[in-house]
Amino acid sequence: MASPMEQFKIHQGLQLPTVPLPGGLAVDLSLNNSIMAMLIAAGLVIAFFSVATSRAAVVPGRVQLMAEGVFSYIDDMAAGIIGPESRKFLPYVLSMFLFVLSMNMLGLFLAFTATAQLAVTATLALMTFLIVLIVGFARNGANMYKLFVPAGIPWYMLLLVTPIEIISFFLRPVTLALRLFGNMLGGHVALKVFAGFVFSLASLGAAGIVGAVLPLVGVVALTSLEFLVAFLQAFVFAVLTCVYLNDVVNLGHHH
Amino acid sequence: MEAEAAKFIGAGLATLGMIGAGIGVGTIFGNFLSGATRNPSAAGGQFTNLILGAALTEALGILAFVLGLLILFS
Repeated sequence: MASPMEQFKIHQGLQLPTVPLPGGLAVDLSLNNSIMAMLIAAGLVIAFFSVATSRAAVVPGRVQLMAEGVFSYIDDMAAGIIGPESRKFLPYVLSMFLFVLSMNMLGLFLAFTATAQLAVTATLALMTFLIVLIVGFARNGANMYKLFVPAGIPWYMLLLVTPIEIISFFLRPVTLALRLFGNMLGGHVALKVFAGFVFSLASLGAAGIVGAVLPLVGVVALTSLEFLVAFLQAFVFAVLTCVYLNDVVNLGHHH
Repeated sequence: MEAEAAKFIGAGLATLGMIGAGIGVGTIFGNFLSGATRNPSAAGGQFTNLILGAALTEALGILAFVLGLLILFS
C-alpha cells in the first residue's frame, strides 16, 4: 500500500520552456499537479464571481446573494479589525481568503491539495509579510520602531519586551505558513491513515469487513471535519492578515 | 540503539508538544462557551477573537507536528 505521504508528491506534467526575465531571473512554465490545482482553484473563484456579477441587480438572485454574502462577511471582519480604512486592503484580504479557501476545498475533491505544499503557503505568507512591511514603511516611515516599543511601559521592561516583540514579528510569516501547511497536511494524512485501516481490515475476511465499518465511519466523520478545517484555516489566514495590517495601519493609536 | 529506532522515538517525543496546544485550545473554547452562555448577545461579536486565539495557540501544536515530520522524513 502506498504511504500516506504519497498524495503530496509533485508529478511533472506538461513540459514547457523556461522563460528568462529581465534581471537574470527565469520562470519555468512547466505544469505540474500543484500548479494545476492552483490554476483550477483560481479559475473557480474567477468563474464564480463572473457568473455572480454578470447580471448584477439591485434585488440579488441566488448566485449574487452567495457572492454578496462572502464579500460582506470578509468586509465586516476586516472593518472590525482594521477600522474605517479597511476598504483599502479588502481586495488583498478577500482574494487571499477566496484563493486559500478554494485550494483547501479542492483538496477534498481532487487527489491533490496545493495548500499542503510548504512552498505554496510560504509564498502566500511571505506576500502578506512584505505587504505589511511596505504599508508600514509607506505610512509610518521611521516611526515603524514603535511596533517594537509599546507605549506606556517603563524603560527597564523595554529591555525584555523589545527583543520579544522583534522575534515575534519576524516569526509571523513562519507561523502563518506553517499553520496552514500543518493543518492541511495533518488532516489529509489522518484521512489516508484511516482509509488504510478500512482497506487492511477488509482484506482479512468476513470478520474484518464487519470490523472495517468502524474506521469507515471515522473516515466519513473526519472528512466532514476537514471541510470545517478547510474553511476555518482560510478564515484564520484572512483574519491574521488583517491583524498584521492593523498593527502597521493604526500604529501608535488604537481606534 | 539503532539510529532508525531513535529517529522514530524522537518523532514521537516531538509530537508531545501538542499536549500543550490541546490544553490551550480547550481552555479557549471552554471559556468562550462559559462566557457565551452567560451573555449570549455578546457571543457573536467575539467569534473573530475566538478563532484568532485558537489559531495562535494551535500554531504551537502545529510546530510540534512539523518538527516530528522533519525528524521522520529528513
